[in-house]
Parts: sequence; structure tokens; C-alpha cells
Amino acid sequence: MSDVTVTSDAALETRKSWSRRLRARFLRSEGLRGYVLLSPTLIVMGITMCIPFGIMVAMSFWSQSGFEVDTAFTLKNYQEAIDRPLYEALLIRSVMISGTCTLATVLISYPMAYYVAFHVHKRKLLWIILMTLPFWTSYLLRVFSWKIILGYNGVINSGLKSLGLIDEPLTFLLYSPTAIVITLAHAWAAFAILPIYVSLEKIDRSLLEAAADLGEGPVGRFLRVTLPLSLPGVIAAMLMIFIPTVGDYVTPALVGGPDGLMLANIIEVQFGRVNDWPMGAALSIMMMIAIGLITVIYVWMTRMITRRIA
Amino acid sequence: MRNISYIDKPNRTLMVYALVYLAFLYIPVLFLPLFSFNDSIYISFPLAGLTTKWYGQLFANEPMFASLWNSVKVGIVTSIFSTLLGLFAAKAVTRYRMPGKAPVVFVIMLPLVIPYIIMGVALLILVNRMGIPLSLFTVTMGHILVCVPFAMATMIPRFEGFDKSMEEAAADLGENAWWTFWRVTLPIVFPGVLASLLLCFTISFDEFIMAFFLAGTEPTLPIFIYSQLRFPQKLPGVLALGALILVVSFIVVFISQWLRRRGSDDFTSSEV
Repeated sequence: MSDVTVTSDAALETRKSWSRRLRARFLRSEGLRGYVLLSPTLIVMGITMCIPFGIMVAMSFWSQSGFEVDTAFTLKNYQEAIDRPLYEALLIRSVMISGTCTLATVLISYPMAYYVAFHVHKRKLLWIILMTLPFWTSYLLRVFSWKIILGYNGVINSGLKSLGLIDEPLTFLLYSPTAIVITLAHAWAAFAILPIYVSLEKIDRSLLEAAADLGEGPVGRFLRVTLPLSLPGVIAAMLMIFIPTVGDYVTPALVGGPDGLMLANIIEVQFGRVNDWPMGAALSIMMMIAIGLITVIYVWMTRMITRRIA
Repeated sequence: MRNISYIDKPNRTLMVYALVYLAFLYIPVLFLPLFSFNDSIYISFPLAGLTTKWYGQLFANEPMFASLWNSVKVGIVTSIFSTLLGLFAAKAVTRYRMPGKAPVVFVIMLPLVIPYIIMGVALLILVNRMGIPLSLFTVTMGHILVCVPFAMATMIPRFEGFDKSMEEAAADLGENAWWTFWRVTLPIVFPGVLASLLLCFTISFDEFIMAFFLAGTEPTLPIFIYSQLRFPQKLPGVLALGALILVVSFIVVFISQWLRRRGSDDFTSSEV
């Protein structure tokens, strides 16, 4: 305090007015204040996402020599990723498995969401909690529980055996792409149910009454009113399931077996046992590009379809 | 009272389907507690006999408790930081007109649409190049990244749901920005803050893929569980642990969801 009084009045005045002007400018500019408030979040996102992605892109153009990473620019990793049919096959398999799983999850969850949105009138809240409760338990354990069920000595095999229906355990259950699809469909069910339920719940019931009054039957009402109006939920659900499942390596590792290996497992190996990080970076970027392309095409197609319906 | 019109008249087929679906959701998960009482290391029918010895062994399992404690620490720090960052971001996005807001929101929401494995390896490369040793700190960094979008998305509706003029009134009555936030904004958005804390903790507590890449010598609980899954003789212990996690999370989530939805239902259910 005493320091301030010592300085001459004129200097104090200018400094005061200068800081006041700055302050006024700051308070007047909404955008500036907004960005100041946003800055911690943006800084954290920059450090944990944007910079790492930049380095990952750079690394994909480097190469591994022994235990060292050679930072000279090379296209070798991408060349290898394209040349070796293994990577392409794994990428296609990853997309096929999670695509199938996405479709399956949405198809089996739609009627459930429909039931709760349209036919449950009492205790709706209880149903919503019941539908989403398993989702809050450990992902690993949900995946693992399918290993218990489908396994060689698992619930299905040992159950059928003790009932005398089979002599030898069925081997096709576990360690197959089918096992991955079933497991993922179970693990990601909540991501399908919630968006679809929300979009169904939003539909104005009087539209359905109007359609009925205008002579539409139940099937026509569903196809021409309910389904198109619930499409946003379906689209959101599909993206929310497809994208993370393409990159899942836990489920393939636990229930997939050798035929169920996916691209993510190979990426994991590059950063682990194989210790070829630049290759792993290149494969990660390939996966990102594939996901990005599929997402863009998918969103574009659904937009075309919804426009045609509307 | 809503009158049940011919459109939503009871549909028995759908009801049966819904029950089958719930069975599909719950039965696999319920095998964990069932077999955790089985007196055999082999998971198969018929059950060999009932025992609680796996639970006894579990409570003597030091590494398990260590990893549980690690997960709790990471979860608490993650949920507090993500919720704070999400709170700032949600306020900024809903309260200020900013140039370039859409792309900024897009960037913050980006982790929702990137597979965890890719964010995990990207962060791994960063900390490796910078010479930062892998630890619970790096795991927490990764978890904050995935939790911030969830935190922001949880709190934005809360900010949108209340009238900006209440904040302005407080300011007009002489409160400064900080006190306005503390005494007006925060109490109103508080349910969203709570929901965000709970959600972020749950995500972090359960997250395996990023933690797998970013954890050093101290494992989190999912990493511990994963390491146990490879050894058949350790499986019963995992089942017992899984059963306990199941029961605790069911109770916590059920209570919190019930409270939260009941609170908000008073406002929203009338329009349904």
C-alpha cells in the first residue's frame, strides 16, 4: 500500500486509467472472457490430445532401428502397412466385426427402447435404471463373463453336457468372431438403448394420432412416422458403438482367439513385444483414417436418406 | 392422468421381448457372483459345492488392495479435475458469444469419437519422448482427457436450463463475479457437478485400455484384474472381486440415479 502512495500522482493516474481501460475492454469483449474461462480446458486438451497426435503423426514417418528410433523421414511404415496383406486383412476384419456388432446391438436394442418409450407408463424410471445398470459395472468383467459362458468348460457347454444333450463341448462358441460380436453387443448395449430411447421419447404422440386418423395402419405409422423421427438416435448410437469397438483389443484378446485378432491387437503388440513404435503409430493413423472415412461416408449417406424420406 | 390411446395399448410380444432382453443384459453378469461361491477353480456346471474361501483369500490379497487404492486415487483426482475443467468449459460455452465456438467445442468433444487405444498410444509416445516416467500421474492425464467431454456434456444442459438473468440480478445487487458464481451459479448447477463427479470417477475406475499403456509399475484395479485372468488358479479370486465390485456399483449407481432422476423428473416428466 505504502509503495503506491509514494509514486507520483500523475503516474498513478495513468497506470490506473490504463488498467481500467484494459479491464473495461476485457469485460466488454464477451469472446475474450469466454476464451479466458475456456483456456484451462483448452490447454489440458492441447497437452493431452493435440500435441500427442502431432508427435504420433511425426513418429509414423520415422523408423525403428534396434532399440533406438531413427528420426529421419521415411515412408517405410506406410509402405509396409499397404504391402503386407496382414494389416489390410486385420483392418477389414476389425471394421466388419464392429460393423456387425453395431448393427446387431442397434437392432436388438431398438425394440427394447421402443417398449420403454411407448408401452411403459408406470415406473419408467425403474426401467431406465434397469437397462443401464450393467453398463456401470466393470467392462473387463462384462467381457470376462462371456468367457465363462462360452468357454470350453463354460456355462453353455457344461450345462448342455450335464443335461446329456452333448458329449463333447462345442468348440465353436469361444474364440471366434461371433463370440466377439456377442460380447461387444452385450457390453455396449447401453450406448444403443439410451440415444434411441431419448429420440423415441421426444416424438410428439399427436403425430401418431394424426397418422392413425389419416388411415395409416400400425406398420405404416411405424415406418413413416416413428422410424424416421427416431433416426437421429439410431445414427448417434451407431457411431457411439462403432468407433470405440473398432479400437477395442480387450474383447478380441479375451474371447476372440487367433481368428478374432483385430487391428488394435497388432497395434498393442507394436508398442509391446515387437517394440516397433513408428510402425504402431502408422497403424494407429491408418485406423483413424479408416474410421474417419467410414464416419464421413456414413453420415453423408444417412443425411441423403433422411432427406429423401423427409 | 394420460389416457392410454390405441397407439400405446399394451403389447404382449414386446413385453416378452423386453424381459428376454433384460435377461440377456443381466444373466451373464450374474454368473460372476454365482461362480464366486463355487468350491472349485474350474468354472463349470454342476457346481462343486458352496464356499466362501475365495472371499477370505481376497481379503488377504495385498496386491489387490494396492491396485484398488491406486484406482481410487486416480479416480478421485480425475473426477475433480475433469469436472472443474468441464464446469469452466460448460459455463464459457453456454454463457458467452465467442467467435469460433463451434470448432472449439468440436475439439473438446473429440475424445468421444476417438478409440481409446489411439489416444493411449499417442499419450504414451508423448510422455516417452519427453522422458516422463510412466506412473499413476500419466494414467490420470489420460483419464482426464477422456473424462472432460463427458463432464462438459453433463453440465451444459444444467447451464442451459437456468435463466441467465439470475446471475445478472446477483451482479446488479452488488455481488462480484466470484461471489455470483459461488452463491448463484454453483448451487443451481450443483446436481450436474455431482453427476459429473460420479460419472468421471466411474469411467476412470473402470478404464483399462489407456491405463494399460500409461501405467508404470503401479497397476490400477482393471490392470490387476486383467493380469489375473491369464492364470486359471487365480480366476476364483477374480470372480469374488468381480462380485463385490458388481454389488457395490449396483448399489451406488441405483441410489444416485434414483435421486438424480427423481429430482429432475419433477420438472421434465410433465411434458412426457
